[in-house]
Amino acid sequence: MQNRIDALFARKKQDILSIFFTAGFPNLKDTGLILESLEESEADLVEIGIPFSDPLGDGPVIQDSSLVALKNGMNLNLLFQQLKDMRVTVQKPVLLMGYLNSVMQFGIEKFYRQCAAVGVDGIILPDLPLEEFKMYHQRITEELNIKVVFLVSVDTKPERIKQLDEASGGFLYLLSSNSTTGGVKGIPEQFHSKVSVVKNSVTKNPLLIGFGIKGQKEYSQACEIANGAVIGSAFIELLTRSHNFRKDIAGFTSIVKTKLIKS
Amino acid sequence: MKKYNVSEQGYYGSFGGAYVPEILFNNVEELKNSYLKVIQTEKFQNEFQGLLRDYVGRPTPLFHAKNLSEQFNTTIFLKREDLNHTGAHKINNAIGQILLAKELGKTRIIAETGAGQHGVAAATVCALMGMKCVVYMGETDIVRQAPNVARMKMLGATVVPVLSGNKTLKDATNEAIRDWINNPESTYYLIGSVVGPHPYPDMVAGFQSVISKEIKAQLKTALGKENPDYVVACVGGGSNAAGAFYHFLYNEDVKLIGVEAAGKGIHSGHTAATLSVGSAGIIHGSKTILMQNEDGQITEPYSISAGLDYPGIGPVHAYLNEVRRADYISVTDVEALEAAIDLTKKEGIIPALESAHALAALGKLKFKKNEVVILNLSGRGDKDLETYTNYLNKINYAKQN
Ligand SMILES: Cc1ncc(COP(=O)(O)O)c(C=O)c1O
Repeated sequence: MQNRIDALFARKKQDILSIFFTAGFPNLKDTGLILESLEESEADLVEIGIPFSDPLGDGPVIQDSSLVALKNGMNLNLLFQQLKDMRVTVQKPVLLMGYLNSVMQFGIEKFYRQCAAVGVDGIILPDLPLEEFKMYHQRITEELNIKVVFLVSVDTKPERIKQLDEASGGFLYLLSSNSTTGGVKGIPEQFHSKVSVVKNSVTKNPLLIGFGIKGQKEYSQACEIANGAVIGSAFIELLTRSHNFRKDIAGFTSIVKTKLIKS
Repeated sequence: MKKYNVSEQGYYGSFGGAYVPEILFNNVEELKNSYLKVIQTEKFQNEFQGLLRDYVGRPTPLFHAKNLSEQFNTTIFLKREDLNHTGAHKINNAIGQILLAKELGKTRIIAETGAGQHGVAAATVCALMGMKCVVYMGETDIVRQAPNVARMKMLGATVVPVLSGNKTLKDATNEAIRDWINNPESTYYLIGSVVGPHPYPDMVAGFQSVISKEIKAQLKTALGKENPDYVVACVGGGSNAAGAFYHFLYNEDVKLIGVEAAGKGIHSGHTAATLSVGSAGIIHGSKTILMQNEDGQITEPYSISAGLDYPGIGPVHAYLNEVRRADYISVTDVEALEAAIDLTKKEGIIPALESAHALAALGKLKFKKNEVVILNLSGRGDKDLETYTNYLNKINYAKQN
């Protein structure tokens, strides 16, 4: 079977909306409902965060969601149990995103086999070094047809972008700013002046822009530059406010997308 | 022969490496490519050695502690890192890194601190060099090491209280790394121990290696031989120990002893004895031994000593422990407090609580009569006076009742 991320990009090259949320937040059992709500929404891709005690790359919003999720009792075993039957209702590509230590302690091979078993299509581990990927992750993920997505920034050197593009599967994650998640509002000016260098170095993968994408405005800006964008912190804030996930998630994604057409 | 130095890829055996988000890749790579080159230049060495001599006050004395020697029935020398400017070994590393930061054209310095000694050292070298300094410190530590907070502020540093986790060193380090991610171009991260992504552990160990270099020369003068039988040092991240061990690593006859903080006991659930209760994983950009649960969530450490209250350990120590080149033991809060009181009475030296852990280990090692023991007295105890006074009041009260 073709990987669902590849299938998505084969069919659709523009205005991809990826939504990130933390597993087990706001309540332990919300993971499934949020996932199904996203399936019914205008989101194209779903990234589920594996909560970690010390998320170095994350700003306050995702940090807090991780701590709440951990207090709720979320862990990888439980997450895989919650995702066990997701492919009955969810057809969209699903990625897990987290920190390498969680995967190491679970067991690298066991982790990917569980991902494959429940139908996870891709993995994002921002602190996974390229060399480490080649040594311990590449063989097994290729065998299981799981895509490992790498991140680049506009300050990443062109040669390294080429290497990361080559190693990356599904898409390449382009950071809009030098910041932790949720840190910067919007896409910084300097990003626009530097992004063409990145685009010239990327030949294999579609590009999704993430960090600082809060809503419709940044999303549409990002879609003019790349194949789409990722919303994380702003979506978590929505979940914190929401009393009706189905309705609010549908509303949120549709606002992000429909206004794009109007504007 | 075994190799104890870092490999070209940044590893000690399987420990070390650089596990950082992509935004920091350039910074870490720049450091990796430049630190050896810059440090080896004559210009750098002249400036570094000159400042260590005239500003820090090196070499620090090697003091034959006769009363302590008598108590333990052996020959004990104290390496007086407490007599450095600012009162601990931390300044050796801060001087080295600030010169490197200047060379790299950085304008803003960030640092994490536990006991506040590294924060004070960073604030000091920033004042000296006219650089902006931001120090991250857990709120728990701000309270228990208040004198150092006042010093940092007087030195012109901004002290940012950290409110996450147990509000101690691990959390301060998280916050410093987040700052670095948000300011990778302007900012140099001045790490205070042999932790963090490669090349920090090797670089910090290199700057601290002046400790063992001096010990060798001083022992030669005192005893006509360079090598002691033991070198004993406390281990938080492990920088004073790494510096005290450095030039003895390849003299396998020299027994190297690292002392971790057991807190209320290694099985009490309130401990910072990483090597006793930890396992391999990733913390602060480095693969090493750390305290974690079975899901890989980092567990909160505990020690009375803010400088040792850390759930990880430098990768070099994880490796030296694995290959048994060094032995690591742990001592409890109370054992450390008693050792501090003991040294103060016997030798007239009030040690830092961190260094008191190394002192408490003397009672746990079995020395022969004429063995030579070097104890690295990493810092002075001014910052811990309140803790000592409270403890003394408590035991006096107990005695009276
Ligand atoms: C006096 C003193 N000794 C030791 C330490 C522990 O650090 P390290 O293990 O890096 O030497 C500290 C840290 O704050 C300190 O202040």
